[in-house]
Amino acid sequence: MTAVSIPSGGLFAAHLPRWIRGIRPTLVLSLLVLAVAASAAIAPGLWTHTDPLHADPLAARQPPSLAHLAGTDIQGRDVLTRIVYGARFSLLIGLGATLVALGLGAILGIVAGVGPRWADQLVTRLVDVVAAFPEVLLALLMIALSGRGAINLALALGVAGLPKYARTIRATVQQTRCAGYVEQATTFGASRWQRLVRHVLPNALGPLPVMVTIGFGGAIISSSGLSFLGLGPQPPAAEWGLMLAESRNYLRQTWWTGVFPGVALTAVVMAATVLGRHLQERYERRLP
Amino acid sequence: MTTTVETAVSPLAVPLAGERRSGHGALAFLVARRVLAGVLVLWAAITATFLAIQLAPGDTVSLLLGENRDDPVLRAQTIERWGLNQPLWVQYLTYLRRIPSGDLGISYTLRQPVAHLIAINAGPTFTLAAVAAAGAIVIAILGALIVTSPVHWLRPLVSGYELIMVSAPSFWLAIVLLWLFSFELGWFSIVKQGSWQALVLPAASLALPIGAYLSQLLVSGIDRAMEQPFIITTRARGSSLLAARIQHALRHAALPALHMLGLIVGSLLGGAVIVEQVFGRVGLGQLLVDAVKVKDMPLILGVTLVTTAVFVAASTVVDILGTLIDPRTKGNLR
Repeated sequence: MTAVSIPSGGLFAAHLPRWIRGIRPTLVLSLLVLAVAASAAIAPGLWTHTDPLHADPLAARQPPSLAHLAGTDIQGRDVLTRIVYGARFSLLIGLGATLVALGLGAILGIVAGVGPRWADQLVTRLVDVVAAFPEVLLALLMIALSGRGAINLALALGVAGLPKYARTIRATVQQTRCAGYVEQATTFGASRWQRLVRHVLPNALGPLPVMVTIGFGGAIISSSGLSFLGLGPQPPAAEWGLMLAESRNYLRQTWWTGVFPGVALTAVVMAATVLGRHLQERYERRLP
Repeated sequence: MTTTVETAVSPLAVPLAGERRSGHGALAFLVARRVLAGVLVLWAAITATFLAIQLAPGDTVSLLLGENRDDPVLRAQTIERWGLNQPLWVQYLTYLRRIPSGDLGISYTLRQPVAHLIAINAGPTFTLAAVAAAGAIVIAILGALIVTSPVHWLRPLVSGYELIMVSAPSFWLAIVLLWLFSFELGWFSIVKQGSWQALVLPAASLALPIGAYLSQLLVSGIDRAMEQPFIITTRARGSSLLAARIQHALRHAALPALHMLGLIVGSLLGGAVIVEQVFGRVGLGQLLVDAVKVKDMPLILGVTLVTTAVFVAASTVVDILGTLIDPRTKGNLR
């Protein structure tokens, strides 16, 4: 895939061992970004010793400096600390939404793929209806019914995002079901369940890691967008979308509060996209 | 390896079972079938929202009233108006019958008919979405032509830029553009609502990510098309590389991108809702977000249904167009 990878290796590349030449700088960088983000989500104390909620009015609105690498916000809270602590909310909501979408999508897709014809029809129409709503709007509607907050946000986005998983899994399950080796298993006397669990599912669910990685990036964008609207974690929580929303009114005085949380957000989404595309490339190149 | 971007989305193009029909010259049949399918999906969506309100925690009257749930006069009015003392199936039929006639109920916070509120606010949002869509298409074609050009050092540069754009949330782009071009440089004021200057930055923040995404789709299509024998034929007949790319390869690549346009309309409408907030623009987004915050259900339902209708209509049109443009799909008119 030439469209996204920057050509690796320069003049000396030919002299290096093969495994080093095979390393893609963009991929390594992406893994690094994801590792940093994950560590910040699990143990934010590793990266900063400041309290994300500690407001120091005397140090308010300070531009980026050595003491505050990303500056301080209108209440004098350190922006970098808040970005580090915000990773937990942003990553967890994104991951939660992806897993909900994947779980529901997998159940629906498998039922449609192996079930009787009426079940397939029913599930297909059901998924069509969910897909009829624009994703963000469906999530908004569900939040309106269930109330705001991080968990409701992840659930709503998960339901809104299930069509793509359900459709893909249904298609791959149906394809694998007709494959030669499944037919052979039938002639060897494998029962319906044995065929499903031992042959169809392991092969049909192959593209899932790819979908999850790419879907994760999208889920983070949507979830931060909805918490930007004030429908996710509530202030004074540190969450990237919420931080951007709070920066909106003071952009003229403190541009850094509006720029850096977004840089973190974009970096994580970008890393997930690069990793997802790499996995996809490998998946497509695998032996048939 | 040029299929990466496209296969990322191909699941959506998977034909559904039982939809493969061989129809010869059955254009009217195709259109009728598609429109009917769109109407059915919309009907199901309306039914689903009706059911969702019934199933939601709390009683329906309080839900519909939102903040005004303790007002006995309004409560009585609501029960009367929505016929909430009638059996469920009667309520459902009433609900269904009202929608086509444009009666979407009354907003409880704004005390005005929902249809009227939507009519006032839809204009700016649809203008924004349309300008952004046009911008995205221009950006996509330019980007794709640059990336596939023989100038090799441009490719990683533009690809890198596109990767950033695809990954950046549009509301963050909106914030950065607002700060840079409005506050720092003062090029585009956002103060004058309705002027073209106020439209540039919101449209750009929606168009840049979508344009980059479409461009990646086009590039993978062009790369594949340029390997086809017909390109060698046109090149042998003396057309330049650029002409071959624009006249032949781009046309080929446009098809998968066209199929994505329906989905993109959806993400544009969703994105517009958020971007409008950044710029403080009047529009459906402002209306919807305010309604969600005070749980003004009639208004939320109205806006969601209208945007969903636009989304379904756009997907239907794109589906029909895609089949018409590509002669190869004639065999299995869906």
